[in-house]
Amino acid sequence: MPRWLAHVIVVAAFTAAVAAAFSRVNYEWNWAAVWDYRQKLLQGWLVTVALSLAALVTSIVVGAVAAIMLRSGRPLLEAAARVYVELIRGTPLLVQLLIGFYVVATAVGLENRYVAGVLLLALFSGAYMAEIFRGGLDAIPKAQIDSGRAIGLTRWQSLRLVVLPQAVRLVLPAVAGQLVSLVKDSSLLSVIAISEFTLAAQEVNSFTYSTLESYLPLAAGYLVLTLPLSALARWLEHRLRYETA
Amino acid sequence: MKLVVEDLVQRFPAPGRGGRPAGTATVLDHLSLATGEIGTLVLVGPSGGGKSTLLRILAGLDVPTSGRVSFDGQPLPSDEDSLRRYRRTVGTVFQAYNLFPHLTAMQNLLLPLIHVHGLTEAAARERVREPLERFRLAEHAHKRPAELSGGQKQRIAILRALVVEPRRLFLDEPTSALDPEMRAEVLEMIAEVRAEGAEFVLVTHEMAFARRVADEIAFVADGRVPVLASAAEFFDRPDDPRVRTFLQLTLTT
Repeated sequence: MPRWLAHVIVVAAFTAAVAAAFSRVNYEWNWAAVWDYRQKLLQGWLVTVALSLAALVTSIVVGAVAAIMLRSGRPLLEAAARVYVELIRGTPLLVQLLIGFYVVATAVGLENRYVAGVLLLALFSGAYMAEIFRGGLDAIPKAQIDSGRAIGLTRWQSLRLVVLPQAVRLVLPAVAGQLVSLVKDSSLLSVIAISEFTLAAQEVNSFTYSTLESYLPLAAGYLVLTLPLSALARWLEHRLRYETA
Repeated sequence: MKLVVEDLVQRFPAPGRGGRPAGTATVLDHLSLATGEIGTLVLVGPSGGGKSTLLRILAGLDVPTSGRVSFDGQPLPSDEDSLRRYRRTVGTVFQAYNLFPHLTAMQNLLLPLIHVHGLTEAAARERVREPLERFRLAEHAHKRPAELSGGQKQRIAILRALVVEPRRLFLDEPTSALDPEMRAEVLEMIAEVRAEGAEFVLVTHEMAFARRVADEIAFVADGRVPVLASAAEFFDRPDDPRVRTFLQLTLTT
């Protein structure tokens, strides 16, 4: 059986099961009410896309800096980066958003919640990026650095010509995976009243009292973003695979 | 080349075990040697004796704890910047992992020429064209190291060291990681390179080959060089009992 057919059968069976369950409950679908708010939902979806992209780019920078600090060999830098990574990875994003926005941002005078939201999301994702980058850099065997030294490369040349080209290929799939996580995690920005996709769906629900009709498109909207990204991550992993000699 | 090594000491921090504190391991223990005016020096000896450590210092990769090294009267520098300039004038081939896996063989060859020695890509390609053909590697130039055999990889690595026109080569057990069938092709290439007048220091366990290419042989054991002799003296008239034991063990396998 071809793969695509198997997937179609499974999804169809799942949908049929869900539809059957609802038909027994006699749920009154009210798609019309939600359809009236399609602009609002679309706008929220676009805001989610923009926030996710902005946070991704920023988190790559944050993660790269942290990874360099982790491998710098200088105790203070390493400790600072390690504390950052462990704190962020050890606490829920929700807690970070609440403290970050209502305590820190207010104290610092940052009022624009969108900027604060992107920064907090980037700080969150950056900790995971740092570990991804550190792993990628560590995966390059020291013997290659030696080889680079032997032919007379400077440290910067070794980094640029030998280490980074390989490390980037290595981490690209994981970074694509992080983007998928970012898109989903951005839904939490709704708790600091950022008008992204999830908040939009919540508001539509409160206007129309049509919970399922609000939240099912919400899920679908995220899938539209995450499924292609997941496929991209898998394709990258496949494409960039070469054995280390 | 004329190599003079005086009182070379190399210590490394030794990893501690369990609760015991770490110490230092002395790998080269006041090692001294002075060759004549020779083309090829071969370092042999038991594993762990210090051959590779010595070679790395001679190649400018590691800085010794103390001691002096000079080639043809020129002392080896001890600061990293000067050492890097020195490394650009010599070529080094390791046992394995010489080539960069993300580049083709050709790109591996061109990289030092373009980025270290400032050649244009056209000039670099021109320089590698003839040696690639001469050593029957031209048809493999577009392949990545993963697609090459061990022997081909090592030969490309030697070629990469050669095309920068080094003063001398350092080869650290270039065939030890290879299957027996591939050792011959690599050893042949080294012999050919020697026949063209290249100077090199070679660490190897291939005794027959050592005898064939060496002008002088240094027996490195316990961090010192107890014996430095011509190839003939070393193999035919070994005085030192350690050399005799070593030869017995290696030549009978």
